[in-house]
Amino acid sequence: MIEAVGLTKSYGKTLAVDNLSFSVPTGRVTGFLGPNGAGKSTTMRMILGLDTPTGGSALIDGKRYRDLHQPLRTVGALLDAKWVHPNRSARAHLQWLARSNKLPAKRVDEVLEIVGLTAVANKRAGGFSLGMSQRLGIAAALLGDPQVLLFDEPVNGLDPEGILWIRKFMHRLAEEGRTVFVSSHLLSEMALTAQELVVIGRGKLISQSSTEDFVAQATENTVRVRGPRLTDLRAALAQAGVSTRDEGENLVVSGMDCADIGELAARTQTVLHELSPQRGSLEEAFMQLTGDSVEYHTEIADGPTPATLVPAGK
Amino acid sequence: MSVLNAERIKLLSTRSPWWCALLAVALPVGLTALIASQAQIDPGDNGGSVQVTQMLASLGRAVVMVMAALSVTSEYRFGTIRSTFQAVPHRTTALLAKTVVTAIPAMLIGAVVGFGSWAVFRAINSFPALALDSAEDWRAVAGQIVVYGITAVLALGVGILIRQTAGAVAVLLVYALLVEGLVGLIPKIGDDIQHWLPFFAADRFLGVQAGPPIDDLPLGPWGYLAYFAAVAAVVLTAGILSAQRRDA
Repeated sequence: MIEAVGLTKSYGKTLAVDNLSFSVPTGRVTGFLGPNGAGKSTTMRMILGLDTPTGGSALIDGKRYRDLHQPLRTVGALLDAKWVHPNRSARAHLQWLARSNKLPAKRVDEVLEIVGLTAVANKRAGGFSLGMSQRLGIAAALLGDPQVLLFDEPVNGLDPEGILWIRKFMHRLAEEGRTVFVSSHLLSEMALTAQELVVIGRGKLISQSSTEDFVAQATENTVRVRGPRLTDLRAALAQAGVSTRDEGENLVVSGMDCADIGELAARTQTVLHELSPQRGSLEEAFMQLTGDSVEYHTEIADGPTPATLVPAGK
Repeated sequence: MSVLNAERIKLLSTRSPWWCALLAVALPVGLTALIASQAQIDPGDNGGSVQVTQMLASLGRAVVMVMAALSVTSEYRFGTIRSTFQAVPHRTTALLAKTVVTAIPAMLIGAVVGFGSWAVFRAINSFPALALDSAEDWRAVAGQIVVYGITAVLALGVGILIRQTAGAVAVLLVYALLVEGLVGLIPKIGDDIQHWLPFFAADRFLGVQAGPPIDDLPLGPWGYLAYFAAVAAVVLTAGILSAQRRDA
């Protein structure tokens, strides 16, 4: 189990990770989701003891990474597939890693076999494609046969074949009962891979739940209400205990269907110009949750993006 | 031991250390051969001494500095330092292992350069004065082993501190080949400062290079060796301390 408690990292005045607490349960695939620049990589580096937290701590099975004896036997990680000397062969790269943690030399050939790099084991790693580098990184992570695995954006930049391979591989690791913590900025990818989700934005925790719950909650059906004067209706909805939010001139109601809202509108004598059910897409929900926390806003990303809303029934 | 072995695999599995080693030997020994073949030394003259054969050893030393600095700056450049610290989170252990694995080949190179330069000079110009028959003679030749080893440690420390290949190599070479010589040109205090500079100290231990007689200097040859080693130790310690505090 990985546990982050009040994890904080600041670079000068910039808070990259802000009082982040979450736990990664044993024996499951947990997705670590957030937009680019949300602090995912920094968090992972702190878990591995590469970066020192400004505050808080990250523990693996109750221990700091630095206190682990022969850590490759406990935690395997792939943070960046390019962290290999380009003139060193894949085998030599794995050999020195294996030796540093007193792992048997034959384990090198085993992991090369697992990731399918046996044929190119003696080629220099600098000539590898991104997909091959990724496999080499996974081989390195598996060297010590660890129970805990960390992957940072493992499908980034891969072709569809590579993505499929990684996805299947994650499932296989989970079936073997390992704890997998994998980051991504793509919710659709995580929905396919992860059973649990830790969602962060701007270094802060947004939610931690099972993927099922997150998706159910994120794709909650809402109703869009448009009219010249919605004050009374809004008050009536609030009285009925229904949550509403403003979206431009519209009112978005969640937890009440069109029929009930229509009747409520009639009772409060509200003129309606539109009453339409909405079903948010997964990505749109994710955007909504983390929207305020995207570090670099663009003009287009701001404001409502109707293209991502899929009105029901169309 | 396992960490030392890991570092050894790392060192020997890329080609640049081999090229550096070849250059570190070929450059001084080759040029010494050239000088020997052209030398017009009066056998009765003081110039025909063992020390003369070691005049160009400092060239090999410069190459060893590059090799040692590269062994750590290339890790920073390619990100493998993170894999290193991931495998060995105790950074002092990892960096000390790297120090040992860098210093040992440097000492081997120093041995080949020291004895190689002497042998090649003697093969071309066999003066009786070139025989290794005094403690000073042995210090000048065999002393290269220690001096090369300490030089590697010093350069590694600078590499850990600076982390960038270009920066570290520039600082080391400019300092060793230029700055130390130029400090002596500062009026009044220049000489006093120069007497405490690390490579000046190394050369006083070896007894090579022209300079004031050792009796006029603050330390004797062995004192200068200890001082040179102390400087290297301080730089390495500073490097390790900063690596512990910094994010990898």
